[in-house]
Parts: sequence; structure tokens; C-alpha cells
Amino acid sequence: MTVLQNVPRTDPTPAPRRGRRRATALSGTDRIVLMLMVGIPTVLHLALVWVPTLSSIVLSFSSWDGIGDLSTIKFVGVQNYIDIFTAYPRFWPAVQHNLIWLAFLLVLPTSFGLLLAVLLDRQLKGTRIYQSILYLPVVLALAMVGFIWQLMYEPNLGLVNNVLGIAQSSPVDWLGDSDINIYAVLVAAGWKHTGYVMLLYLAGLKSFDPSLKEAAALDGANGWQTFWKVTFPVLKPINVIVLVITVIEGLRAFDIVYAINRGRNGLELVSVLITDNIIGESSRIGWGSALAVILLVISLGFIITYLVQVFRREDRT
Amino acid sequence: MTSTTLDRPFLRETGASERGKKNARLRASRVALHTFLILVCLIWLAPLLWTVFASLRTYEDTSANGYFSFPKELTLSNFGKAWSTADLPNYFLNTLAITIPALIITLLFSSLVAFGVTRFSFRFNLVLLMVFTAGNLLPQQVIITPLYRLYRLIPVPEWLNYKETLLDTQLGLVLIHIAFQTGFCTFVLSNYMRTIPQELTEAARVDGAGVFRQYWQVILPLCRPALGALATLEFTWIYNDFFWAIVLIQTGDKMPITSALSNLRGQFFTDYNLLAAGSLLVAIPCLVVFFALQRQFVGGLTLGSTKG
Repeated sequence: MTVLQNVPRTDPTPAPRRGRRRATALSGTDRIVLMLMVGIPTVLHLALVWVPTLSSIVLSFSSWDGIGDLSTIKFVGVQNYIDIFTAYPRFWPAVQHNLIWLAFLLVLPTSFGLLLAVLLDRQLKGTRIYQSILYLPVVLALAMVGFIWQLMYEPNLGLVNNVLGIAQSSPVDWLGDSDINIYAVLVAAGWKHTGYVMLLYLAGLKSFDPSLKEAAALDGANGWQTFWKVTFPVLKPINVIVLVITVIEGLRAFDIVYAINRGRNGLELVSVLITDNIIGESSRIGWGSALAVILLVISLGFIITYLVQVFRREDRT
Repeated sequence: MTSTTLDRPFLRETGASERGKKNARLRASRVALHTFLILVCLIWLAPLLWTVFASLRTYEDTSANGYFSFPKELTLSNFGKAWSTADLPNYFLNTLAITIPALIITLLFSSLVAFGVTRFSFRFNLVLLMVFTAGNLLPQQVIITPLYRLYRLIPVPEWLNYKETLLDTQLGLVLIHIAFQTGFCTFVLSNYMRTIPQELTEAARVDGAGVFRQYWQVILPLCRPALGALATLEFTWIYNDFFWAIVLIQTGDKMPITSALSNLRGQFFTDYNLLAAGSLLVAIPCLVVFFALQRQFVGGLTLGSTKG
């Protein structure tokens, strides 16, 4: 190592130029190979992810049935948005459900996941087993979570009503009653999400310097104070990531309601409306794109927050 | 005893008279803690155990006594029945044909890009990395409407799909999985590769290795832990995909298993015991990941959130 570092100093060529050449000097073949190596994946990613995203924005201002060729696209300004906001009866309930979804995920599974992570982040007997059991639902597909919880919620045969002792007398139809089914589904979604949040916080706590906690204890702080004044502020980067992941999961939510009843009867979500527009009978491209853009605008704020958080940390190291 | 004192080393500093009292209190709180955790874990396991319980019982037994009863007999026959009547092997093969190529190419592509952005400085390094990372965070529904149209416009040879469009082919599904998942993997792998000293590739270059050899023989072998973690995670995610397949595949027989299950339900899985058994069969690969590859899975999940 030392030999290598000493070599340039004895070299007569000026040091700064050398440094620059080191980063960019590539032979012709190397340059082409590198361009292919980075280029092919980038082109695929751009073509299938970003081109459709930008097309969504453009098409949202148009009217197109998708059957005729591209020249039959008519631009109609913000008409699609006006129609969605004012004349589409399924839209506002779906937005409301998405908001309930976000609020629920952000409050219950997130704080419970944090609580579990704090409880399990110590040399506790069996902590590995507890952790494993709690994260078990994370490996399951959300659609599968939907199927499993349908068995739980079945009015006469399911575990929930039987444990409550109301399966025979006055069974509650948890998934069929449009006033409560969104919350019943959220319990199932939270079952999976809590484990995920717990894992993220556990990873964050592992990198936490224990001497900070000891210092707080020596200064006379109790466990509660230590957590809120010392641990929680240090976890800020993890908090941001949990927040963003939770919001994105909330906006993406689709599988579980679609698996249960195709997102109808109280389980409408914006994502379901978009999908219905595609695989339903009357497919209206501009309409579906406008719905997608609404979803995009909401998620963009959080995606940018995530990028800022993540890439700022990158600069520091 | 030792474990409780070891657990909080600073307690040893307190006076000897207080220590007894503190230990008693600690022990009580430990019991409370374990009781709480055991209770939570039981609630957490309940849905799965209930599914297993239902899948092991016969239709005659449950229709006579209800599900919330002591079983007269337990049987594995529901699994065999679900396997054969719903033609599950076909759907498992579909999943395999989609997941394996998607997984391999995703890891290949993302490691190539990560190698490019961490080893060489182009002008757009950071922008490129941000594009990939942001692309992975987009809700799938944002891109699906134009993507669906695009797939209908792209022609494929007739032997692949008699309708001659990319829509309704497993190839189309593989492509969108690759494009979408490359974002996350590139982000994780570039974080990982950044920790590998630059001197390694420089030394290889001095020895005359071209760019591709530096990637293939120097950097890639060093990324094995990260690749293992990502492979486990991505396998689970692609296996668990529901949305892409529901929209982009229209022929029921071509669907991968997770999305096929919603079609099979009601059609073949007529009673609850059978549905429970079918669901568990579909969940088996995920459970294998859970039991056998837990470290890699958790490692992959947290690699993205914390560095290193």
C-alpha cells in the first residue's frame, strides 16, 4: 500500500492531471463496454417505468378509447380531472378509504412496530423467536394475507366470531358490512406491516451507540425519558424511511382488497379504480391516466422526501 | 440472574442496598414483558394456525361440528385434492418460468449499473441513481395504464402468443419485473459497492483487466452477501406479485400461482378446508424462505434502509 502511494510523488508528471485522468481514462473498448453495461438496464428501466409515467401525465389531458391508433387521441384539457372530482361517485369514497388506510398504517402498526422493536432490542431470553414470529407475515403475499384473513373473518365458521362467542347468535359479517370492512381489512394489512416496521427499527436500534443510553442513565434519566430524549431523535433517519415506506405501501394498497372482493362494497381504493378502468369493459385511457396522475402527485412528495433523506446521508460518508 | 445484570451494565454502579430491590423489580418487569410478548406472538400466529387447523380437517367433520370444535380426525387429504383438482403444478411452473429469469436478470442488470455508478464518475451518476431509486418507489398503478397500451402495441412472434402482442405473455411480465425491481436492487448494491475500496479495481486495471473483467472477477464475487440477501428478497417479492399478473395476463392458464389463486377460489376450492389447504400450498415457498433464509431476507430488507 505505502509503496503504491509513494509512487506518484516521485513521478515527474503533475499530480492533479493524473488524478483526473485516473477517473476518466478509459480505452475505447472499455468505454463502449461500460456504456452497454449501464445503458441497457437504464434503457429498459426508462422505457417501462418512466416513459409510461410521463405518458400518464400527457394522456391525462386527453380523451382516447385506446382502440383507434394514436392519431385518434383528442386533447381535452383538464376535463378528465373535472369529471373525476365532480361527477364520479366512486372517487371520493376511494380517496377517503385511502386516507383512512394511511392514517391507520401510520398510527397503529408503526407505533406498535416501534414498541416491539424497543422491547426486543435487548438481551432478552427468546428474543430471536419472538422476532421471527412477529415478522412471519412479512414473507407472505398481501393477496395471501387477504385469503388467510377471509378464513378468520368468516361469519359463522371463522375464528374471530367464534372467539367472541357471536358466531351462532348474531354473527358480524366483518368483510361484507361496508361500514366496517375497511377496518377489518386494515387489521389484516397491519398484521403484515407491523413486522416490517419492527424489522426496520430493530436494524436502526442495532446501529445505536449504547454509551449514549448509559450516559443518559448516569445523568438520572429514566427509561421513558431516555427513549424520547435520546433514542428517538437518533432514530430520525429510520423514522423518515418508515414514514415513506408506509405512505407508499398505503398508496399502492391493492392486492389485499382485490383478493377479498375486487375492491367493491366499501373497499374501493384509488388503485382499484385505475385497475377497473383497464381491465373493466369501458376502458378510457385519459380517465385512467388522470386517476394515476392524482396518485403520482400524492406520492411524489414522499418520494422526494425519501431521496433527500437517503442521498444526504450518502454525501456525509 | 447474570443475564439481567449483564443486560444493563450501568445498574452495577448503584449501591448494594438498592441492588436487591432493583433486581426484584427487574424480575417482575421481565415476567410482565415475557407475558406480553407471548400473548402478542400467539395473536400473531393465530391466523396461520387457524388456516392449518382448517386445512387438516375433513368436510364431513366441520360441516357437522363447525370449525370451532375439537377435531374427530385430522387428514392431509385436502392438500392432495387441492393440488390435483386445481392443477396447481401448472401454476407453480408458470411462477418458476417468470420468477427465475426475472430474478437473475434483475440482479445482473442492477449490479452492472451499480458497478458503473460507483466505480466511474460520469456526470449523471447521482441523477441516474436517483432515477432508479425513485422509479422503484412509484405506485405500480401510476404506470399501468400506458404500460398496458404499450404492451398491446409491441408485437411478438406467434409461437409466443397467438395474439402476437406482448400483452398476455409471461415475457411481458418478466420484463416489467426486471424494469421495476432493478430500481431497488441498484440502490442497495451501489451502497454496498461503495464500501469496496477503489484500489481493488485500480489494481486490476493496472494488471490489464478490462471493465467487464473488473466487474465480473473483482467486484461481483465480493458482493456475494448482498446478492444473496437481494436474491432472497426479490424472489419473495416477485413470487408474491399479484398486481402485474392480474392486469398483464389475461389467459387464466398463463397466470403465476399467487394471482391464479383468486381465480381458483370458488371454481375449484369449493369448501373452506380445501381453500385453506390450497392457500397453504401456495404459501409454502414463502415459508421456506422464512424458515431457511431468514437471515438473508431480513438482511435484504434492512440493507435498503440502513447503510452497509
